[in-house]
Amino acid sequence: MVEPILEISNLSISFFTRAVEIPAVMDFSCKIMPGESMGLVGESGCGKSTVALAILRDLARIGRITDGTIKFNGRDMATLSDEELMRVRGSEIAMVYQEPMASLNPTMKIEQQLTEVLFIHEKVSKQEAYDRALEMMKAVRLPDPERMMRSYPHQLSGGQQQRIVIAMALLANPKLLILDEPTTALDVTVEAGIVELVKDLGNRFGTSMLFISHNLGLILETCDRVTVMYSGEAVESGPIHEVFGAVRHPYTQGLFRSMPLLGKNRNSSPLVPIPGQLPLPHERPQGCNFGPRCSYFTDGVCNRADIAMLPAGTPSHQSRCLRIEAIDWDAAAKGGAANVPTAIGENLLDVHSLKKHYQVAASELFGGREARTVKAVEDVSFTAREAETVAIVGESGCGKSTLAKVLLGLETATGGTALFDATEIQSDPIDKRSTKLISSVQMIFQNPFDTLNPSYSVGSQIVRTLERFGIGSSTEERESMMLELLDLVKLPRAFATRMPRQLSGGQKQRIGVARAFAGRPRMIIADEPMSALDVSVQAAITELLTNLQRQSRTTMLLISHDLSLVRYLSDRVIVMYLGHIVEQGTTDQIFQPPYHPYTEALLAAIPLADTTAKKRKVVLEGEIPSAMSPPPGCPFQTRCHLKAKVAGGLCESVVPPMRVLTDGHAIKCHLPSEVLDAMTPVIS
Amino acid sequence: MLNFLTRRLGVMALTMICLTFVVFYLVNLEPNLRKLAISQTEMHASDEHIESWLTKNGYRRPFLERYAAWIGVWQKQPNIDPESGKPVSRFSYCDEPAVPVFAGVIEGDFGCSTKFKTKVADKMLPALRATGLLMFWVMATMVPVALFLGILSGMREGSKLDRVLSVLSIVTTSTPEYVSGVVLTIIFGTWLGWLNGSAASATGDGITFYNFTLPVITPAIYGMGYIARMTRASMAEVMTAQYIRTARLKGLSFYAVIIKHALRNALIAPFTVIMLLFPWLLTGVVIVEVMFRYQGFGLALVEAAGNNDIDLMLACSLVSVVLVLATQLISDVGYAYLNPRIRVQ
Repeated sequence: MVEPILEISNLSISFFTRAVEIPAVMDFSCKIMPGESMGLVGESGCGKSTVALAILRDLARIGRITDGTIKFNGRDMATLSDEELMRVRGSEIAMVYQEPMASLNPTMKIEQQLTEVLFIHEKVSKQEAYDRALEMMKAVRLPDPERMMRSYPHQLSGGQQQRIVIAMALLANPKLLILDEPTTALDVTVEAGIVELVKDLGNRFGTSMLFISHNLGLILETCDRVTVMYSGEAVESGPIHEVFGAVRHPYTQGLFRSMPLLGKNRNSSPLVPIPGQLPLPHERPQGCNFGPRCSYFTDGVCNRADIAMLPAGTPSHQSRCLRIEAIDWDAAAKGGAANVPTAIGENLLDVHSLKKHYQVAASELFGGREARTVKAVEDVSFTAREAETVAIVGESGCGKSTLAKVLLGLETATGGTALFDATEIQSDPIDKRSTKLISSVQMIFQNPFDTLNPSYSVGSQIVRTLERFGIGSSTEERESMMLELLDLVKLPRAFATRMPRQLSGGQKQRIGVARAFAGRPRMIIADEPMSALDVSVQAAITELLTNLQRQSRTTMLLISHDLSLVRYLSDRVIVMYLGHIVEQGTTDQIFQPPYHPYTEALLAAIPLADTTAKKRKVVLEGEIPSAMSPPPGCPFQTRCHLKAKVAGGLCESVVPPMRVLTDGHAIKCHLPSEVLDAMTPVIS
Repeated sequence: MLNFLTRRLGVMALTMICLTFVVFYLVNLEPNLRKLAISQTEMHASDEHIESWLTKNGYRRPFLERYAAWIGVWQKQPNIDPESGKPVSRFSYCDEPAVPVFAGVIEGDFGCSTKFKTKVADKMLPALRATGLLMFWVMATMVPVALFLGILSGMREGSKLDRVLSVLSIVTTSTPEYVSGVVLTIIFGTWLGWLNGSAASATGDGITFYNFTLPVITPAIYGMGYIARMTRASMAEVMTAQYIRTARLKGLSFYAVIIKHALRNALIAPFTVIMLLFPWLLTGVVIVEVMFRYQGFGLALVEAAGNNDIDLMLACSLVSVVLVLATQLISDVGYAYLNPRIRVQ
């Protein structure tokens, strides 16, 4: 019988503040066998990171393990002395963190940070440490490792930094690797690369892994087994295909239903958000924690006493639900009635060859090279019609946010035109725009936490917006309009007097939506509106936006890197790369072949949470080039996996023209028609 | 780097010209000149008498010409006695050239001090040397102790040690030097008799532990609390950073984490504060030098201001301006050295 590497039994962790004990994790058990990878899924605040830190005994000073044991390699972690603990950390258990930039010391060179691990745990010479570090840099597929060894963290891109952190973790050959949301801060294609790498290294070094993520798709791609956590408890666990293939807990089911899986769209199969909110740790209900939000809740059964993990189907699959047998797991979700698609109106926005270049002065201190030009947006043309949702997708640095800024008047264009309702707006900065224009083009921001003024009540912030837009004639009238707006975004009217800090992320985003809709806008620009929110909250906001748009016939420009969401929400899609539109068309055209090679790579990078779907592998090599020195010819040529199929080195010399393939579907690519026609779907 | 330095030095020169111009204008206002003329002639001089003295000694030449001559980019004209027709010096105790020459700040000629009855340079250099010595010892005791205390209290935020040290540094920073100086003198000078309450002997006989300790620790204690607070805040912030957790989970011991990872990052912010303390100290020593009768820059400044010593005041302000600008330059370069994010692109 093989001993497990890590065995957590009945672990409970509490945080002790002056007033109360706040239980963060309760009755958590899991086992990781050698070479196995375990996924830990849950929304923020469910206690998954607390478990990870408890394994390494690195809880905050107020946190304490109140019950249960953590056994690593057969030894109880709690009994280790400080010296023994230091030996285990880094050499036997290593960790990879969420934000690679923040987890690397900004004032130390990469070489020092890597070799340090070896100096701590092994008696090695300087040369040997350097050689092994370099070896590991190559193993994590970093280009030009010698140069990177001499760099500081800020000189590397996010993806490279995360590879460094992974290399650092693996240097001492740990038996267990804990990855805490390792790709959350990264772009999709970079994420795909990191996931590939982690899987590969797991196989190569036989390292066991604990993979923490809120992304079900990532877990499915990387893990053998999964544990789903909710409000401090494990609610379902088992082999990944059993859990994802036959869900046996209402929370896990709710998560799946609130995710825009590929194939769903807003009209035929709307998302079903999980109602209610995560209970606060000291306000958890009696019995099942998920009870108040569960549609299968039965009074007298679910809320009687604490519930233990019960077998669900197979012995290895467990669920913390008393009604496993009673629930019909295959029944369709209630309330997800189909909608009639909205009729698309006339052209509202017409962008033609829009350009935005920035002059960046050379570094103030040290250097003093001449000013350079950043070509953030280079030749962008598209239209958006009334009541239509147009999605703009692309990785960070592709120019999508700059485009939004120009349309909003936060920047002015360098060239080209943008007609909004037949008026040119590309060179009007926001302070020169009329109130009417400003209120017609509004924005929903990415991060609801930073966009509300913390010192005013949310009601007064909405009233202020109305006042600025000259809507309503008296304060009373505006007050009542504000209350109606709260109704519109489905928040209780009592929230008007609350301060932003009293609201959850989802509620703040609703306020953001209310504020954007206050001036009855004709066009809304939503910049990654869901990316800071949890899965179940995302669903609710997505539905809210869909309904509001349907009622008000607003045009929406959705800026997002999440292609599942894009497919779900939008009518048409624009794919951007390095300031160029490389492909545009209706949502169906984009998600079906023929693809632009970049779109193909983006699609292949989506982590799918569907056990039945098959995906073709396309992993992009290299990094997105700097917009200061874009490559000659096609902007994508440095990373294109199909470049070899174009004859005569055309890609390196000539920017491809926009080719119309079918009605409304155009790509900027030199690939001959035969190659395009022969493309197979990425996801099947 | 070189580019940056030349540009900064250029800006410094420009700032100096502007500032000295303002100061030159202010100390040469009419009432000041009249006062000077009165003190140099006789107590009850008539208006004509005053006017003729001012004209004779060149104070009635065009303002810009006089400013340029003070800087040393314009020739200084000799003062001709109208009666004898021979060149004479303004003041009997300083020789002045009999022919037009460049003799300004750039040439090292700062003029003549009427209070100390000697050339300004002869007064300023020893005074600056004395104050430099005082500042050196203040910094040498204050900075290491303050950094050490700040790091100690910041590395475990909220611990008992942190609380004790925080209270201590708040008490010291909130006690002005003229209070702590008096208190310390009473305790160590008058009651215990361990230390000398006057540093007057330091000028002639050289400094000793006995006569120099009080003037050093009085400003040091004040600044120490301030730097310690800054360092503590910076250290506490660094200790919560994620890379500190990374270091801890690599298996480093607590003290290795502090020394290898936290220290350098925590010192970036206090460094600029320490550099800002140099100009503060230069004016701060005024109180200390007066209080302990120490013949330094501060005392000279007070005497110059109190006695309408125009040339000495100009020299003092020039020294202050140079010190402020120089420490700022050092601060910027040092900041970039400590923080690779600024230095390396």
